[in-house]
Amino acid sequence: MSHFTQICVQSEDFDFAHQYQKLRDSNNSDGALVTFVGLVRDMNLQQSVSGLFLEHYPAMTEKVLINIVDKARAKWQLGSVSIIHRIGQLQVSEQIVFVGVTSQHRQSAYHANEFIMDFLKTQAPFWKKETTTEGDKWIEAKASDMDKSRRWS
Amino acid sequence: MLKILFFGQLKEIIKTESLEIEIIQSGKQLNTVAKLRSLLQAKGEVWNEYLAYGKALVAVNQEITNDDTVLNDADEIAFFPPVTGG
Repeated sequence: MSHFTQICVQSEDFDFAHQYQKLRDSNNSDGALVTFVGLVRDMNLQQSVSGLFLEHYPAMTEKVLINIVDKARAKWQLGSVSIIHRIGQLQVSEQIVFVGVTSQHRQSAYHANEFIMDFLKTQAPFWKKETTTEGDKWIEAKASDMDKSRRWS
Repeated sequence: MLKILFFGQLKEIIKTESLEIEIIQSGKQLNTVAKLRSLLQAKGEVWNEYLAYGKALVAVNQEITNDDTVLNDADEIAFFPPVTGG
């Protein structure tokens, strides 16, 4: 095996252990592997949430994610990078997103993982609609997410 | 012909997923995103509000860009609210 970049946009769930193992198996030179998993929360701004619908712009999503990985690779020396983002209807506590990064040392892996999530949240064309007890509601973008992506420039 | 796509809350509010528009309108070329945005905003009250600069982002040929971007025939232009994935 050798280092890889994996980008998946899918409605199916993913198996964390399998994704982790793929990253581990990709090489023997990296001493660090950092993963992040995003989950559907049951509360947002006080309303009770029963699920989430994720829409995306198919022709654009993959392009943006590849571009974010290229930027991360230009900033840090990375081994393998894996991004999985789910679309469609999700229930509370389901997995939404997986980001896994390997590198020789932990600092690059930590930073690159956070960098990828920060840019994914502000640039990748996904939109969330919550199913709440008070009806469906599109989630509004948060200014704090924009601030987080700006700190890298 | 320009292909125009809408996503997220914007798509629901204007009840439109996609449109095709001739790049020549009344003898004039819709040669920038700004001109296209104004033409679409004139379609009605909600169009005017939700397509406003600052409220709807724009991508030309799948790349986020700004209103100065020059349009060419057969471009794919997408308007959408700020993204909320992750």
